[in-house]
Amino acid sequence: MQMSYREIITALHGIGFGGLFLLAFSGALIGIFRVCTIDTSSSPSVCERKFLRIYFITMVVFAWGTVLSGAYLVYPWYRARPPQGITDYTEYPQRSLLSSPTTAGWHNVGMEWKEHVAWFAPIAITMVAYVFIKYGSDLSRHRQVRKAAFAFTVVAFIAAGIAGTFGALINKKAPVQGGTVIKLMEETK
Amino acid sequence: MNPDLPENQPEPEIPNGAAAAAILSAGVGCLCVSLFGLLGDAFPTLSHLFNFYKPTGPLSGVTTTAIIIWLILWAVLSRSWKGRSLSMGRINIIAFLLLGVGLLLSFPPFGDLLQGK
Repeated sequence: MQMSYREIITALHGIGFGGLFLLAFSGALIGIFRVCTIDTSSSPSVCERKFLRIYFITMVVFAWGTVLSGAYLVYPWYRARPPQGITDYTEYPQRSLLSSPTTAGWHNVGMEWKEHVAWFAPIAITMVAYVFIKYGSDLSRHRQVRKAAFAFTVVAFIAAGIAGTFGALINKKAPVQGGTVIKLMEETK
Repeated sequence: MNPDLPENQPEPEIPNGAAAAAILSAGVGCLCVSLFGLLGDAFPTLSHLFNFYKPTGPLSGVTTTAIIIWLILWAVLSRSWKGRSLSMGRINIIAFLLLGVGLLLSFPPFGDLLQGK
């Protein structure tokens, strides 16, 4: 069982950072809801609040990790220009997609949308984490701030969902490949 | 007196100025990403200027510029609105509008339509 270096980094970007970020959303929404509840019997304890702070900070790290690894590690491999005369585009995903009108849309719509909308997620979730940490239990007294935090969390989820879905589909059509091959496990007969 | 607070609720301990600054600047930051992306696509000179890091291309400049504007605006608004209670309803409407327009502009077929492609 083996993977190339580029495949490992792409998996780290999409599954490691992006996947975990998307998975964390349900917890974030419940966290916001619990902190915002006025009923003291169900509002979180000091320890739970501390945990939620760490949870939001982790989400922020995942969000920035996803876009930065995507833009500065994976994307350069995706958009690399093949040398003159090359007709095998296996290691040039963008060229491979654009070489046929049946696949060009995956770049012209999918990648073009993904590469910009993805950045909404870290910006939005950083704001939400800041508001959550700064206001804590006082957030229950700021109805409009709560509304905005909730709306931005939903937008961050949608943006990450669009980017993640197109990322997975594009990587299926024209996978990022190449680099040193790393053996993950010895083959057994 | 906080205008957004229901009658039976106690006054907040922290004024909403800091939150308003964070919310509005996040809306601006999101719009900037889409707007700069669209402008870079429409004008080759701008696209060239946005090429901060060659392997990533214009995307590096588009996002870096948007992030810098977002963070500077956040810092400036935070300072101006520190300790103040603002009408959050209006701030939210503006932030949601910026976010909505940003989402729309980020969709390539809409950007192409604006450019007449």
